[in-house]
Amino acid sequence: MWRPCGTFDVNYRQDYAIVRTPVQWCLMIGSLVAIFLVPHWASGRALNIINLITITVISVQGVNILTGMTGQITLGQTAFMAVGAYSFTLMVKYLGFCLSVPLAMLVTGLVGLIFGISSLRIKGFYLALATLGAQFIIPWLIVNVRPDLTGGTDTLPVPAPRFGDFIFDTQGKIFYLCTSLAILGTYFARNIQRSRIGRAFMAIRDNDLAAQSMGIEIFGYKLLAFFICSIYAGLAGILYAVWMRGVSVEHFELLESIWHLGMLIVGGMGSVAGVWLGVIFIRGLDLLVRYIGVYIGPIFSASSSAAFMLGIGPIVFGVVGILFLIFEPKGLYRIWERFKAFYRLWPFSY
Amino acid sequence: MKSMLVINYLLNGIIVGTLYGLVGISIVIIYKSTKVLNFAVGSLLTFGGLISFTLLARLHMSLWIALPLAVGITGILGAFVERLSLRPLLAQPILVLVMATLFIDSVLTGCIYMLWKTYTHIFPPNTIPGTTIKIGSIFINHEAFYACIAALICFVLIGFFFKKTQTGLKMRATAESSSVAMVLGINVTHVFSISWILAVAVGTLAGFLLGNRVGLQATITPAMAFRALPGIILGGFDSIGGAIIGGIIVGVLEQMAGGMIGSNYAEVSPYIILLLILFIKPEGLFGTKRIERI
Repeated sequence: MWRPCGTFDVNYRQDYAIVRTPVQWCLMIGSLVAIFLVPHWASGRALNIINLITITVISVQGVNILTGMTGQITLGQTAFMAVGAYSFTLMVKYLGFCLSVPLAMLVTGLVGLIFGISSLRIKGFYLALATLGAQFIIPWLIVNVRPDLTGGTDTLPVPAPRFGDFIFDTQGKIFYLCTSLAILGTYFARNIQRSRIGRAFMAIRDNDLAAQSMGIEIFGYKLLAFFICSIYAGLAGILYAVWMRGVSVEHFELLESIWHLGMLIVGGMGSVAGVWLGVIFIRGLDLLVRYIGVYIGPIFSASSSAAFMLGIGPIVFGVVGILFLIFEPKGLYRIWERFKAFYRLWPFSY
Repeated sequence: MKSMLVINYLLNGIIVGTLYGLVGISIVIIYKSTKVLNFAVGSLLTFGGLISFTLLARLHMSLWIALPLAVGITGILGAFVERLSLRPLLAQPILVLVMATLFIDSVLTGCIYMLWKTYTHIFPPNTIPGTTIKIGSIFINHEAFYACIAALICFVLIGFFFKKTQTGLKMRATAESSSVAMVLGINVTHVFSISWILAVAVGTLAGFLLGNRVGLQATITPAMAFRALPGIILGGFDSIGGAIIGGIIVGVLEQMAGGMIGSNYAEVSPYIILLLILFIKPEGLFGTKRIERI
């Protein structure tokens, strides 16, 4: 981190602190206060979108740990979200909110391990294939195994969770839940990244054989990455169930998993802050496209207009993703870094 | 009676399996020459099938004009896709290229939604001329029979292409290491475009035959194409013969599971097979085991 000349760390606590300077402390506390005042002035529709964004951030933080840090592609993130959502919904009636959340996260992690073990022995995109399998097997299991419990293809209602006497029944209250968990999740991911585990992950991503010869146990660490990723997916799934007030397998589709991967690429693979940028960018773009589509659609006939609205989202998403891969593979975070370097030196060139 | 049913499932399985094999060949061509796993195969195949549908059913062309024309159009599309999205990523890690195919899939899916909407397109009856073949008391759909023949011809031609021709040799060399191939004077960009054109052409054929069997729909057909993946894993990723054999095995098991256990098991059984293969023998039956040094 850049600091003025003559400012040094004098002990290790200062050296590894995330928030370092008094200005940063002021900014952080100020922005936290600002964030938690949002429900007082934002409309319900805006809060709805913000909640979706924070839930997606949690899920994409998991993808970042697996794909961005460890270099394994996952195509089953939303399937694991479905595991979290359903196991939470089935448990919350009996165990209460506080107990069923960690249990549902653990269940998701364990289900993730089952799919992970099969594919992590081999390098490359085998994990992508196994998670693609998960993306088809898990919804099938949900629909077919115990339709009496899971409601089959119907929507399963989720009761508003209770936290003592506090009931999360409005979008404003759910906002506090989602945002605080997203911030906590981000903090946790950042700490994983700069600890021994995170360095092992990145060593495996860059060259797995070299990492192994330096004494990193590849299989164990890959499995750990997959476990953490599934736990994030589980938490995101739980919040999704709470946010939607119901779960249905239709919400957890392959395309959504690919979108989560795309958000990570647009934000910048391997950077925790980039995840926020990517999620906000893609969700915002999606909203913008729908907003503009309402005006462009009626140019065509009625049925074509509906088809246009359906097709324009995936096209814009795919094109944006390819453009980022080609022109800015490190994503929006890299652009932000370049901007920081620019304003720090301005008006000098270096 | 029971044994008749089993034979019926077996035949059905072989027919479905050769279609999976054909989709598998399309994936293996790209993998064998560029080491990229093409996740866009589902939408490319649907796109090709729908173009042949439009030429046949909407523009009323005869089969022998429409099918080569569709293959030609999608071949150009394949070259176009490769030129615009994968060529700029030539020196990037494989992970990036695989993700690029996911984005291509997204774009093509959007195009299919726009151009053909979301309802099921069914080819006019008797698109493929001929009558149902009867052997004893077993009836074989002639369309399915021709699909098998087409898949086998494709298999032989492409196997020959990879094994015996100069271009095939260059493609295998590029898969080994694209930078070394470049140093040795192989035009790697050519190899990329040829493999994409070939793969998309085979995919179009598969889409046409699949559409003739069950019709084409923007979300269902790509999901069906994904069921070809277990077949290639079973056969080994870099083996064209393995793709066909693996596809047939998966097809037969799928039809058996659907017939014997319950009809809703048919759609999920390929993925269970996939997980089992990854558990037991991840390099597949005919694939090469990875031995590597730093």
